[in-house]
Amino acid sequence: MGGAHADVSKHVKAYIGVFVALAVLTVVTVLASYIQVSMGLHITIALVIATIKASFVAAIFMHLKWERGASIWWSLCLCAIFFAVLMMLPSLTVYDHPPRVEDKMWDLPAVQKAPSEHH
Amino acid sequence: MSGESHHGSSGHHGNESHHELGFLRKWVFSIDHKVIGIQYTITSLCFLFLGFCLMMLMRWQLAYPLKPLPFIGHWFSEQIMPGGIMLPEFYNSLGAMHGTIMVFLGVVPLLVGGFGNYVMPLQIGAPDMSFPKLNMMSYWVYFCGGVVMLASFFMPGGAANSGWTSYAPLSVISQQGPTFYAKFFSGQTFWLMGMVFLITSSLLGSVNFIVTIIQLRAKGMTMFRLPFFVWSQFVTAFLLLLAFPPLEAAGVLQLMDRLAGTSFFMPSGLIVSGQAAPYTGGGSPLLWQHLFWFLAHPEVYVLILPGLGIVAEVIANNTRKPLWGYRIMIYAIVFLGFMSFIVWAHHMFMTGMGTKISAFFAATTMIISIPSVVVLTAMLLSLHRSSIRFSVPMLFALAFLPMFAIGGLTGLPLGLPASDIHLHDTYYVIGHFHYVVVPGSIFAIFAGIYHWYPKATGRKLNEVLGKMHFWLSVIFANGVFFPMFFQGMAGVSRRLYDQTAYAHGEAIQSLARMSSWSAWCLGLAQLPFILNFFMSMFAGKKVKENPWDATTLEWAAPSPPPHGNFLTEPVVYRGPYEYSVPGNPRDFYPQFVTEA
Amino acid sequence: MSTQVLPYTVHPHPITGVYSGKLGTWLFLASEVMLFGALFSTYVLLRIGAGDAWPSHHDTHLSIPIGTINTLVLIVSSVTMVMAWASLKMGNLSMGRAYLAVTVLLAITFLVVKFFFEYKVKWAAGTRPSTSTFFAIYFTLTGLHAIHILGGIVVISYFLFPGVGLWKKDPEYYTNRIECTGLYWHFVDLVWIFLFPVLYLM
Repeated sequence: MGGAHADVSKHVKAYIGVFVALAVLTVVTVLASYIQVSMGLHITIALVIATIKASFVAAIFMHLKWERGASIWWSLCLCAIFFAVLMMLPSLTVYDHPPRVEDKMWDLPAVQKAPSEHH
Repeated sequence: MSGESHHGSSGHHGNESHHELGFLRKWVFSIDHKVIGIQYTITSLCFLFLGFCLMMLMRWQLAYPLKPLPFIGHWFSEQIMPGGIMLPEFYNSLGAMHGTIMVFLGVVPLLVGGFGNYVMPLQIGAPDMSFPKLNMMSYWVYFCGGVVMLASFFMPGGAANSGWTSYAPLSVISQQGPTFYAKFFSGQTFWLMGMVFLITSSLLGSVNFIVTIIQLRAKGMTMFRLPFFVWSQFVTAFLLLLAFPPLEAAGVLQLMDRLAGTSFFMPSGLIVSGQAAPYTGGGSPLLWQHLFWFLAHPEVYVLILPGLGIVAEVIANNTRKPLWGYRIMIYAIVFLGFMSFIVWAHHMFMTGMGTKISAFFAATTMIISIPSVVVLTAMLLSLHRSSIRFSVPMLFALAFLPMFAIGGLTGLPLGLPASDIHLHDTYYVIGHFHYVVVPGSIFAIFAGIYHWYPKATGRKLNEVLGKMHFWLSVIFANGVFFPMFFQGMAGVSRRLYDQTAYAHGEAIQSLARMSSWSAWCLGLAQLPFILNFFMSMFAGKKVKENPWDATTLEWAAPSPPPHGNFLTEPVVYRGPYEYSVPGNPRDFYPQFVTEA
Repeated sequence: MSTQVLPYTVHPHPITGVYSGKLGTWLFLASEVMLFGALFSTYVLLRIGAGDAWPSHHDTHLSIPIGTINTLVLIVSSVTMVMAWASLKMGNLSMGRAYLAVTVLLAITFLVVKFFFEYKVKWAAGTRPSTSTFFAIYFTLTGLHAIHILGGIVVISYFLFPGVGLWKKDPEYYTNRIECTGLYWHFVDLVWIFLFPVLYLM
């Protein structure tokens, strides 16, 4: 790996490129939040942009693009799998406790004011 | 640690005497993995003893409900034991703290921090852990966590009393005061802060373990030449690394609920003592259970995997035979570790989970029992046609096998939703997991102590006292836990303060009494061990580096090993369990020897 | 400190291809992923549970311009961090230190904006974590993230001033440590990349 990094100056260009991309995507995600689409699509757009940004950071800034250490990749794979399991957790809680969702138990006391308007 | 790396630093250890460290640096803030291992071992043995004492107190109330505790009853304040009779709140505190102390301050730090730290680097032929300072830090963070946990006993309202699982919303509303000051200085808040410390310590430790095993193996030590104990530590470290953070997050959220009045785990419309609880609601008590068990099921395997590792080492050494199915055992525990992340909700069948999810988790639970059985079978087959050397560690290892099997097999009915309905939260559950942990993990710990004590001190533990300790422990451990299966099947709930209040409990009160007397005798049975442990440091039989004629690398180092471990850099030539190799004059063929 | 020297603290292991510090940092980050993963999962669960009662981003009155500025501040700090490492790799210590100093200043800027332009305003308006589930999550997640930023400031400052002596002894070791610090710092940035849309825009 020491050899691969010998001419780091080449990387610097990539860093600047990623910086521009991140800045542009930040502006894009803010602008996208003003577009009037359904909540589901809205969330999807925001998360997709965030994932793209995160991938740039991980691949270039964190050098994963040039990473050859198999142990690192193995650890990250395991982490990704269990992260996915962790993300299943809300659906396990909500969707297989049908009475709670149907009765709208959690909505009962109207804790937060219901949003007056979606636009 | 500073300076450039260079391989073959064997010549370096000669000038050690020039750098004699002061007492504080050598024994208190040491960065030597062996000293840290001993620190962990001593501290966690003290915690084990404390947790055991809490349990012996509880056993009085269970055996003789509402009778004053004889002899020592008046030592306690009137607020918790008026007239020597234990109050229910105090009983609950004892239960919660017994569980927490045993699991998080006793067994895990002993198996991972103690044995892992001391033995693992020696077995892989490393001079130390990869990050010695981080290692020291993880011990001291653990120590702080222990202190914070113990401090919770001295809070107004007593120690945490919502069970070791700390289920919300009970744990959020219990011991709540009106002011921030009162909220902060309460047993449950200190419990949560203690947990954050302990989890952080485990995380630091597990990073260190994984890096050490991957990076610092001696020349020739391939992954499939690693002793089984190292593999068990490797899998355990991954479990600690990836399963603990969700509980850390959950702990932070519960702290927010308790201190800042948020409602992460507080449902809407909660009524406490006839009054609406002052929470905005909208939270989910189930979320706590999910996050808790996401940690705590892998945690169960953290409790047992290093134990299996120790038992495997002891069995191979005392049967004078290679382990049967060494590779299969490794594949089994790797699979076990992986599966342990997707079985957690079998603790939650009674929460109203639907059939689909219950079926999924019941299936994964049945699947995970397969690798456990594979490992156990492999160890049993290792005994087949061997001339067993009945040393004290081997006795403990032999007792481990059937009793771990009892613990494991009694878990199957709990993993099936239908039978779990009857057995959930009864003494059956207590009996089940105590069989895994006490004659399982703790017997493995004893086997490990008897096995590696000569390495750490240069002296053997006394055989006669050891055998006394073993036989008494086996008899009384079964006496404590076996009656619990019957109590549980009779329907006695595990958290009852006084089971005689119910007819079905009253009818089998004699079983509770049997458990209690066995528990107190089990306490007495540890006296030979405590005596032996301290006496043998000065009076034990002196031994050379390899008293057990063992094959793994730790026996190549002097006993006790100096700073830096090995006198010459070890090189590994073969697998870990080359015992009774045909055509070889001696019955063992160490990993580190070129010619027989 | 000790007489014995551990292998692979500086140079990569010939077989695994990494030096120990980097592997350790990545493992630590894996555990951090699980920590923030649990919190995100909590967010998703509570949001699904609240259904329509969840406030839209117009009702929460979080300032999108301030959030956007802070996002850009963190992104720039990530660039300066990686440039610090690149400068050190090319043997330029003074340039590397300059970049590190800028990184610390940007991190401090982030915290100042966070505390004085966001928390303080919310607090003055009577908004507390106990106000609603949304603000419980907002304060907990951003607070935990701010603690991570604080940790980063401490570590980078250490290497900027007292820790710089290591460069004279072993420049490669020092550069490696900056790389590991950078990994952590980029991870903190990465968490914010998700936190920003989740809390401010959705």
